[in-house]
Amino acid sequence: MQISKREGISKSKAMLIRLIAIVVALIICAIVIFLIVNLNPIKVYISMFNGAFGTNKRMWVTLRDMSMLTCIAIGLAPAFKMRFWNIGAEGQMLVGAISAAYFMITFSGRMNPIILMICMIIGSLAMGAIWGLIPGFFKAKWNTNETLFTLMMNYIAIQCTSFCVSLWENPPGSNSVGTINATGANKYVGWIGNLLSKGYNKDYGILLLITIFLAIFVYIYLKYTKHGFEIAVVGDSENTARYAGIRVDKVYIRTMALSGALCGLAGFLAVSSVSHTISTDTANGRGFTAIIVAWLAKMNPFIMIIISLLLAFLDKGSVQIASEFGLNEYVSKIITGIILLFILGSEFFINYQVSFKKIKKDGGK
Amino acid sequence: MFGFISSFSTLLHSAIIFGTVIMLGAIGEIVTEKSGNLNLGVPGIMYMGAIAGLASTFMYENVYCANLGIQANDFLCVIICLGSTFLASALGGLLFSFLTITLRANQNVTGLTLTILGSGIGNFFGGSLNKLAGGVGQVSVNNTSRIFRLYSNKMVEALDSVTGSFKLGTLFFSYGFLTYVAIILAILILLYLNKTRMGLSLRAVGENTATADATGINVTLYKYLATCIGAGISGLGGIYYIMVYIKGTWENQGTIEALGWLAVALVIFATWRTVRTIWGAYLFGMLYWAYFYIPGLTRSSQEIFKMAPYLVTIFVLLMVSMRKKKESQPPGSLGSAYFREER
Repeated sequence: MQISKREGISKSKAMLIRLIAIVVALIICAIVIFLIVNLNPIKVYISMFNGAFGTNKRMWVTLRDMSMLTCIAIGLAPAFKMRFWNIGAEGQMLVGAISAAYFMITFSGRMNPIILMICMIIGSLAMGAIWGLIPGFFKAKWNTNETLFTLMMNYIAIQCTSFCVSLWENPPGSNSVGTINATGANKYVGWIGNLLSKGYNKDYGILLLITIFLAIFVYIYLKYTKHGFEIAVVGDSENTARYAGIRVDKVYIRTMALSGALCGLAGFLAVSSVSHTISTDTANGRGFTAIIVAWLAKMNPFIMIIISLLLAFLDKGSVQIASEFGLNEYVSKIITGIILLFILGSEFFINYQVSFKKIKKDGGK
Repeated sequence: MFGFISSFSTLLHSAIIFGTVIMLGAIGEIVTEKSGNLNLGVPGIMYMGAIAGLASTFMYENVYCANLGIQANDFLCVIICLGSTFLASALGGLLFSFLTITLRANQNVTGLTLTILGSGIGNFFGGSLNKLAGGVGQVSVNNTSRIFRLYSNKMVEALDSVTGSFKLGTLFFSYGFLTYVAIILAILILLYLNKTRMGLSLRAVGENTATADATGINVTLYKYLATCIGAGISGLGGIYYIMVYIKGTWENQGTIEALGWLAVALVIFATWRTVRTIWGAYLFGMLYWAYFYIPGLTRSSQEIFKMAPYLVTIFVLLMVSMRKKKESQPPGSLGSAYFREER
């Protein structure tokens, strides 16, 4: 058996390989489901589809989850393009969420709602940027391992969140912040959907619009700007970048600040448009899932939307089958995991060609 | 003064039980990372090991033996439990190896996916097991859990009565066998890595894969074995949590996941040396429980306290990278894939 690197596979062929991977994964999942619950897998998939898109509300919830995941993945794209392993999206998102919730809780009613909203956005961007900047700075100066550093920063952010939750808990003793500005004089202040009028489709619609806007922004930034070019060169080879006269440390710091800021913005969106509260579940592992999304999409924001949609569909669909067939909700994680592993594995067949031929004894493997 | 000593020794006691969970996880991860594989799937692998061990002992103790109406055999309980734990987690490692080594997928991404899959498998089957046993927190494998926590009462009491309020007996000898196995494992693996030819080869693979390959070391085999065995050891941390820490039941709270990440942190803290995980783990345990023993903390300031292990880890990570001491660096090729054809 001989493995050789493929030179430039056609896009349609690459898509076909990925599609095959997803289909095979769905079949495997169907077998797993069949073994567990003994039900017709096709029926199960139909009810999954129902769960994700069956009603207007369900569809919006699926789109909401898709947007959230895409936002974080988009935030990670600049860092990954630079081959900087930012595993810290979870934390960067949480500090952004903390900042947004802080403004909402403290300044509602004391500030013009529009100005408050602007403060929330700027605060989240700044907090996320700081959280990303710290590992970026140490990577640039001392080559500190960024994977492990950003991973640790996540847990510091999670503890900060628990701290803030117990600080702001409402009602006291509930160990949760509760929905912020749900009633009273400041009703809906700081809720992003309130810019138009209330309703989940308004909230989630704005979220979707912002996501698409961010996708276009990051796509252009990475592809057509000088910064984007510098990021690509650094990601390709640090030495080449140095020879070309690029200040590598500056690029590291700048890009990580941007990456963190975008993840922080995702935190703002999570508070202002999705949950209107803050808890350690605000990120709920999405920061980690987004890493996989960004990587599989090869840092292309538009493909991220597609992958996120697939994952959101699987998640919502699994929750549906869980409740319908009396399984517990974690079945969604199993299905997501299996499908992601298959897509990851399929990349091999896109990048490499496997050919079977007889080779001489000393020919290696 | 005596009050302080006795509360310190209870703190140390709970720190050791807590620490052993992450110590086993970290030892396994060190073996894996020494081969250059950064497996971020440790939490998932600990989940897989934990659920496999719990489910198999449940089947043996509460289904098989209960149906036959016989007393579960103590020795069999332990063998079944540890065996299935090791197998299931090594299987997780195999999955990781296949994807990253053979299919050349990215290690970080594969590891994170494995964590998602593992926590899904663990919580799904754990929840189902609970349901099977009659409700939340109902599954319990009393006998096996008892054996895992067995120690010699006589010795502990005798030593306690001699040492007074220091209670050295309780402090040193009141843990189940796996606690000591972990320590022995840490020492054995250190010896293996530093004193044997195979250990040297493994380190060579992790430091500079291309060079190791050139000297004729079977790189693929070493990476596969180290990752699978490492995962197997990490999985033992999961079962220690189940059998000793929460005394033979299952809870869907995501604690194993948090502990798994703490194990990854401990690897850095120990600067990739297994023996350092011993005191590192106990220190993490003490930091984790410290808030419990410090008077006058409000609930919110407790949360700040729980940051300590991570802050300490970041500090160590920074020190390591700033001082550039050769022997405390991460393995040279950590996280990067190796393809022979791409040179």
